[in-house]
Amino acid sequence: MTIITTIVKRLGGAIVVLLGLSMIIFSLMRIIPGDPARLALGPTAPEEIVEQYRERMHYNKPLPTQYYYWITGVLKGDLGVSTVTRRNVTRDFAEFLPATLELVIWAGIPPIFFALLLGVLGAMYNNRWPDYLIRFSSYIIVATPAFVWAVLFMLIFGYWLPILPSIGGRISMKFSVPSVTGLMVLDALIDAQPAAAWDAFLHLLMPSLALALGHTMQEARLTRSHMLENAGKDYITMITSQGVPRRIINRRFLLKPSVIPTVSIMGLDIASIFGNAFLVETIFNWPGISRYAMNAILSKDINAVCGVVLLFGVIFILTNLLVDVVVIILDPRMRQTRTA
Amino acid sequence: MKAKTVDATTTPIETTSTRQAELLKRSWLKFSESKVSIIGLVIVSVFLLLALGGKYLVPYPEHIGSYVDFANAGLPPSSKHFFGTDLMGRDVFSRIVGSFRNTLMMGVVVLSIAAPVGFMVGVTAGYNKGTFIDTALMRVTDMFLAVPPLVLALAIASVLEPNLTNSMLAVTAMWWPWYARLSYGVTSSLRSENYIIYAELVGAKLPHIIFKEILPNCLSAVLTKMTLDMGYVIIIAATISYAGLGEQAPRPALGSMIASGVKYMPAQWWLTVFPSITIMLIVLGFNLLGDGISSMLGAEEI
Repeated sequence: MTIITTIVKRLGGAIVVLLGLSMIIFSLMRIIPGDPARLALGPTAPEEIVEQYRERMHYNKPLPTQYYYWITGVLKGDLGVSTVTRRNVTRDFAEFLPATLELVIWAGIPPIFFALLLGVLGAMYNNRWPDYLIRFSSYIIVATPAFVWAVLFMLIFGYWLPILPSIGGRISMKFSVPSVTGLMVLDALIDAQPAAAWDAFLHLLMPSLALALGHTMQEARLTRSHMLENAGKDYITMITSQGVPRRIINRRFLLKPSVIPTVSIMGLDIASIFGNAFLVETIFNWPGISRYAMNAILSKDINAVCGVVLLFGVIFILTNLLVDVVVIILDPRMRQTRTA
Repeated sequence: MKAKTVDATTTPIETTSTRQAELLKRSWLKFSESKVSIIGLVIVSVFLLLALGGKYLVPYPEHIGSYVDFANAGLPPSSKHFFGTDLMGRDVFSRIVGSFRNTLMMGVVVLSIAAPVGFMVGVTAGYNKGTFIDTALMRVTDMFLAVPPLVLALAIASVLEPNLTNSMLAVTAMWWPWYARLSYGVTSSLRSENYIIYAELVGAKLPHIIFKEILPNCLSAVLTKMTLDMGYVIIIAATISYAGLGEQAPRPALGSMIASGVKYMPAQWWLTVFPSITIMLIVLGFNLLGDGISSMLGAEEI
């Protein structure tokens, strides 16, 4: 009951936020200095054709009218034509989104377990050498932007110790994998090509590691500090005095409440992965939506930029909603405050 | 800041110089409790020194701008050029130090605009909690927070002329909502406190309530966030400049130096490795300092 009301309330708010976001990004992309029709067709196009294009794209109408045309299209699933790929942005999304999703899944989900493990280890060995080692490396790792990791990995594992593919892309040219789910490793396994799956996995390693490092260590730090904070609470002292073994206390009574804050920041972490993917995909020639967006931004491709920003807004809101639901399921206190 | 404007109707809190010295000593003890905060302080001090006086301290100040010396192009690190030279023959070390001033300016300008703007939005919304003003302001804040920050900053930077000022503008535009959220949270929990209600009852004006009653309570949270944010701003700025939307050549910027060095990997590795390590060290310094300051001010983790 509480979960459903929360979801409905949040979705209602999300629609308002997304509409507002669409207005912000739409007006932003229309204040570009220069003529959008001219930008789309290039400097050599004859004036009549530019004029026709302007008429067709409604660029000669006032801004609210233009917005109206655009947003009604968007609601029908038509995001307009990209000036770079010359195709509908919706089709570009269908082509480029799976690659990014694969990257984000690998960079976002397995590292959480490492983060929790490192956080628990740090708390268990508080102020002894494993804790110092984890804290020291987390300081350095968090301080380094994802694109810097990407460049350094490329240099170290791509060139100096050439154990990983340095050309980038999702898979080597010699393999061809039919697309089923859009996730390359999974598709290769479905198609019974273990060699191709391994190759795709090797291609995934560097970009997903570059994206994963920062948020993993941030989450490890958060888990550690909450473990230590909860360890000092009265209920832990009480069950310790009752003679419950340390191991069981750690696993059953300490871990769960300490994990909740880590889970609740995961929505933001996923968002930062999408943002950082802009450069990481570009560096590794990863044919994903973020590299597409980066190209769109650099070539001032209005429809593509608006579409991508909206898409990221939708993904971000949905992820945060999912995270909130997980937190409500994990945390009995949240359920209580909601009903009260 | 505006908070410093003296209001004649209020009596300043009595502070003797000895009490201030005592307070300072205690703060320092708390700050230096963790040795890593001191490392942070040292790194940040060196960075500030180089940012302000870099031009007079580097071995080749003329290499910071456009300068060509093909005879010495692409040299590996040596005692003459600590970090090697780039393909125009410019000293990489001098160029890295030469970019510090803009890096520092970026952080200072962004935070000193974003924090007060966000604070005003957050306080106004929080103080009018439950009214139309609250809903409108916080919904707009949510709109800015609904996209990964870097995406919005890149989109904003792309519609403007690519240069340093505009990239600052782009980062500021995506940074204020975080301060709005923060001060909204503090304000909306404070507004039912007795001392705020009393101040309203005796007829205190709105600016008095905001700046004299609410601001001091937000200050430690906002200041802590500002020092911790410095590192993030530098990361975002470097990313924007890597994308080619920040400071333009021939002036140096850490991000664009890495971007141009990537093309010459692995042969001229020093073009990418040294700017990368520099970014890492600067951000590390600000993060460590921020942690030290937050434990000093005793603020909750943000």
